[in-house]
Amino acid sequence: MSNFIYRTGKTTLDLIGHIKEILSLLYTTVSWIFTGPFRKKPASRPSIFQQMVFAGVQSIVIVFFIALFTGIVIAMQSAYQLKQLGAIIYVAPMVSISMARELGPVFTALVVAGRVGSAITAEIGTMKVSEQIEALETLALDPVRFLVVPRFLALIVMLPCLTIMADIIGVLGGMLVGVFNLKLNFYRYMSFSFDFLTWKDVWTGLLKSFCFGAVISMIACYVGLDTRGGAEGVGRATTLSVVISFILIVLFDCILTGLFYFSNV
Amino acid sequence: MISFIMKENTEGREVVIEVKDLVRKFGDRTVLNGVDLKVYKGETFVIMGGSGCGKSTLLRHIIGNLKPTSGRVMLLGQDITERYGEELDEVRKKIGMSFQSSALFDSMTVGENVSLPLKEHTKLDKGVIEIMIKMKLELVGLRGFEDLLPSELSGGMRKRVGLARAIAMDPQIIFYDEPTAGLDPIVAAVIDKLIIDLSKKLSVTTVVVTHDMKSVFTIADRIAMLYEGKVLEVGTCDEIKNSKNEMVQQFINGSPDGPIRFFQQKDDYLESLFKA
Repeated sequence: MSNFIYRTGKTTLDLIGHIKEILSLLYTTVSWIFTGPFRKKPASRPSIFQQMVFAGVQSIVIVFFIALFTGIVIAMQSAYQLKQLGAIIYVAPMVSISMARELGPVFTALVVAGRVGSAITAEIGTMKVSEQIEALETLALDPVRFLVVPRFLALIVMLPCLTIMADIIGVLGGMLVGVFNLKLNFYRYMSFSFDFLTWKDVWTGLLKSFCFGAVISMIACYVGLDTRGGAEGVGRATTLSVVISFILIVLFDCILTGLFYFSNV
Repeated sequence: MISFIMKENTEGREVVIEVKDLVRKFGDRTVLNGVDLKVYKGETFVIMGGSGCGKSTLLRHIIGNLKPTSGRVMLLGQDITERYGEELDEVRKKIGMSFQSSALFDSMTVGENVSLPLKEHTKLDKGVIEIMIKMKLELVGLRGFEDLLPSELSGGMRKRVGLARAIAMDPQIIFYDEPTAGLDPIVAAVIDKLIIDLSKKLSVTTVVVTHDMKSVFTIADRIAMLYEGKVLEVGTCDEIKNSKNEMVQQFINGSPDGPIRFFQQKDDYLESLFKA
């Protein structure tokens, strides 16, 4: 029994310690972004660009397919329900609103966490276990400025961009079902899609994906920098990074949706 | 002031590294248990000792990557145990470190690896940096390899590139962590020769951590033997060779029997066998 209490307490304290360190990493990263240019030590542009290409451009294909089929599936599933009400045209706003508010940001973030977050953790983790992080420190180069800042910037910029793309592709996916299967008029479908969509739907979705970008990059970099124990440690860190990112994305999604749509403030 | 001058005279040379009563504990385990060392300007100082005696940990304390539980480290006249961030970086720009695993940045070519500190810390233009890379690589005998990736090099070549990167900023002290570990005897001898050459050509202070006895006596001016987190003995090559300390003799001769026990028994063997 006392063992159980001991372990619970230890786990809790460890967790609090990790959360503190992640927040302090976030603080250091953000302060480097803003003070770096004034201290004549900005993050290197080629490296930010390279990360943007990796996180953004190279994720386009997978995000395209995920968004397209998500849009198709929502259209098919909602058509089945809406048919009974004789409101089949409402498939269009159903798809566009759910993509913009929820599915676009979340699915894109999940895909990017799996594809980019894991790669970041594996790369930084390998650098950690092969003394490269220490080498950076010894060369008087801050690992946060050198490794974390470019990845953080790349993700908070590219994830909303990918989300915009996912939203549009999702609507087009729904349109395929609407026009070719449900025999709805293309122009009518499109005007319904956008007439019901408010600005709030779009910007809350983008704000969410901005937060997810920060979450993914922070978790991936922190777990990477915390890696111990050789090749096995890198594997464990990579898995851990993806699992934590997934949970936090869904958790943050829940909190943000609550704030945007269910708070009485 | 007078005492300061007196001290300089008795020591004869300027002290660049001074470790005072350094203690480091990891949990319950004491890795460094009161280390005292002085390294003088221009000499080649070797820290030797068996695996797990804390010599790499000591090195990481000297370059400021780890902070001690208690004690002080003076590096180039600065107490680096109390320095963080940019203050620490200012001291670090004056030292170079060659890592056991070379620690080259995998994603960068040899040239980019060597030029990284120059690009980040100096305002030299591209042409000058390119000339400097050539000079540094020439010193380690690898000129013309600028465009290769670290994965395309052999272990000995990676070591030498790591060394070229360490000397890129013209450091006052070069640290080597196990420079000859995992290399064949010829390459190890080449690295030893390189260490001697560099310390002469660049007239820098050199600190080497190793357990390779052959290279210890080839390169060292003075030697410190570390055992269980303490300095057993410090002296010149001859003093260490003729040491009366049995542990030092056992280590130099590499004999399995002696005061240094290889098997560290925690409890009675029979008792632990039948405890279940």
